[in-house]
Amino acid sequence: MSVVPADVLAGATAVQERGAGRTAAAELGPRARLWPSLAAVYRAQLSRARVARIPLLFVATFQSVGIMIMMRGVVGGGGEARSVVAGASIVVVAYVALNLLAQYFGQLRASGGLDHYATLPVPPAAVVLGAAAAYASFTVPGTLVTAVFGCVLFGLPLGNLWVLVAVIPLAGAALSGLGAACGLLAPRPEHATLLGQLGMSAALLLGVLPPDHMPGVVRLARDLLPSTYGVEAYARTFAPRPDWAFVGIDMAVCAGVGVVSLAVATWAYRRAAVR
Amino acid sequence: MCAVRGLTKTYPAARGRRGAPATPEVRATDDVELDVRRGEIFGLLGPNGAGKSTLVRQLTGLMRPDRGTVEILGHDIVAHPERAARILAYLGQESSALDELTVSLAAETTGRLRGLDVRRARAERDAVLDELGLAPIADRPLKKLSGGQRRLACFAAALVGDRPLLVLDEPTTGMDPVARRAVWSAVDRRRAERGTTVLLVTHNVIEAETVLDRVAVLDRGRVIACDTPAGLKERVSGEVRVELVWRERAPLEVAEIAALRERAVESGRRWTLRLAPEEARAAVATVTGGAAFAALDDFTLATPSLEDVYLALGGAARQGLVKA
Repeated sequence: MSVVPADVLAGATAVQERGAGRTAAAELGPRARLWPSLAAVYRAQLSRARVARIPLLFVATFQSVGIMIMMRGVVGGGGEARSVVAGASIVVVAYVALNLLAQYFGQLRASGGLDHYATLPVPPAAVVLGAAAAYASFTVPGTLVTAVFGCVLFGLPLGNLWVLVAVIPLAGAALSGLGAACGLLAPRPEHATLLGQLGMSAALLLGVLPPDHMPGVVRLARDLLPSTYGVEAYARTFAPRPDWAFVGIDMAVCAGVGVVSLAVATWAYRRAAVR
Repeated sequence: MCAVRGLTKTYPAARGRRGAPATPEVRATDDVELDVRRGEIFGLLGPNGAGKSTLVRQLTGLMRPDRGTVEILGHDIVAHPERAARILAYLGQESSALDELTVSLAAETTGRLRGLDVRRARAERDAVLDELGLAPIADRPLKKLSGGQRRLACFAAALVGDRPLLVLDEPTTGMDPVARRAVWSAVDRRRAERGTTVLLVTHNVIEAETVLDRVAVLDRGRVIACDTPAGLKERVSGEVRVELVWRERAPLEVAEIAALRERAVESGRRWTLRLAPEEARAAVATVTGGAAFAALDDFTLATPSLEDVYLALGGAARQGLVKA
C-alpha cells in the first residue's frame, strides 16, 4: 500500500498552490507524429488477425467461393462470367473493409474503447487510416484466392491478375473509408452493423449479378456504389485487349471515393471521440 | 497541479422509447471544486452513478463541461481538451481498444501513440512489463486473460510513456492481492522518483482508506466532503458500527430488538447500525443474551469506515460502496 506521504515528497510542499493557475504552464509531452503513429496503429490492428482469424480472413472467402460455385450453374461464359468473378472478388473487400470495419468502429465507440485513443496525443487520421489500411490488408488473401479460384472455375485468363495489386488498395480505401464512417457516425452499434450489412449486401447483389439484365433504377444504384468501380476495373482486364484507359478511370473513381470517405471518417472519429 | 472550479455537466432529459422509459434531466457533476496537489494520490469516492466517471471524463478532455474550468499544470483543459493527452495518462474502465492485442503489443503501441519512438517504446514496455510481473504473459492476447490480468495489462499500457498525472478509473477491479500490490508499488515508485500525481476513482472503501492521501466524496454529482481519510473518519469518530446477521429473521418479539430496527439499515438478513459506543455496548449485550441470541447468526463491531462517513454526510445511496 502507499508508503510515501505526499507532503514529504521533494518539491511537493513548494508547489502546494491553491489552484494551478499561478504556476507557469508545464511543458507538454510530445505529440505522436502522423506516420509513426499510423504505422503503430496499422501494426496493432494487423495483429488482431491472429486472434480473430476466422471472421477477418476466412468467412468472406468461403462466402465468395460459394457464390461463384452457385453462379457457375446459372452463368455461361464470356462477359457474364467476368462480372461474376470480378464481383465475387470485390465482395471479399466489401465484407471485410466495409461491413466488419463498420462493426468494429461501431462497437469500439459504443463500448467506450475510443477513449483509449482519444486520451493519447495521436492524430485522428492515424487511427482511422491505420485501421482502414489494416482492414484493407485483411482482404488481400481472400481476394486473391477468390480471383484465382474464379478464373479457374470459369476458364478465364489469369494473365492480368496483377491488376488486383492496384484494385485491392483502391477499392479497399473506398470501402473501408465508408465502413469507418458508417461505424463512427451510427448512433448505436446495431445501426453500424446494419449499415455495414446493407452495404455488403448491395455490393454483393449489384456487383456479382451481370448488369445487362438490370432495370434502370438498379443500374443507377449500381453506378452509385463505389465497389462497382472496383468490379468494373477488374472485369475489364479479362477482355482479350483490355481498354486500360477505362480501367484507369474506374480506379480513379475508387481513389476519389477513398479520399473523401476517409476524410469523412476522420471527421467522424474526431466527433465521436470528444462529446 | 489540477484545479477544478464550478464544473457542471447536465445530461439532457431523454424521451421515452418503446421499452425504455423517459429519463429526466440528470446533473452528473454539479458545481464541482477540487484542488489536487502535486505528488499526491487523490481519490474520488462515491457509489455507482455518483458522477465520478463523468467528472473524470471532463478532466481528461473526453467530455466538454457545460460550465466551469479545469486547469492541469497550468493548461486550460476546457479550452484545449487535446492538451490533456499530452499531460496525463488515462486508464478507463474499458479495454475494448486493446482486447485483441497481446500484452506486449498493447503496451508498445500505447507508448508509440504517446509519442515515443520505437526504441524507447520497446524499452519502456519491457521495463513496465517486468515491473508488474507481466513478462510471462506478454505474448498472450488480452482477451484470453482473466479480468484482473487484463486490467493489469491495461495499467501497464497506461504507464508506458511517462506522464506527470495518472488518472485511473477503478484500476484494481477484479485483481487479486498480488496484482493490487504490483499496482500500488508501481504508483509509489513513480511518486517517489518523479513526483507523479495520481487521481484515482474508486468505490472501494478499504482501498480508499489505505492508499489515498486525500479523498473527495461524491454524491449525486456534488463533492460532499474533501479531506484525508483519517480527517473524514474523525467526523464520525463518536460512532461504532454494529452489524448483525440473523439466522432466518430478526426476533422482533424481543422489545429491544424491535427498538433497534428503527435505526438499522436492513439488507436481507443483515442489519447495519451506527451507534454511540454505550448504545453499541447495550445492543451487543441484548443480542448476545437470551432469546435474541438464538436467532443470531453473526455479529461484528467495527470503528467507522469511509462508508459510514459517506452515509453520515447525507450520501443518498444506501448501498453501492464496496468493502473488499
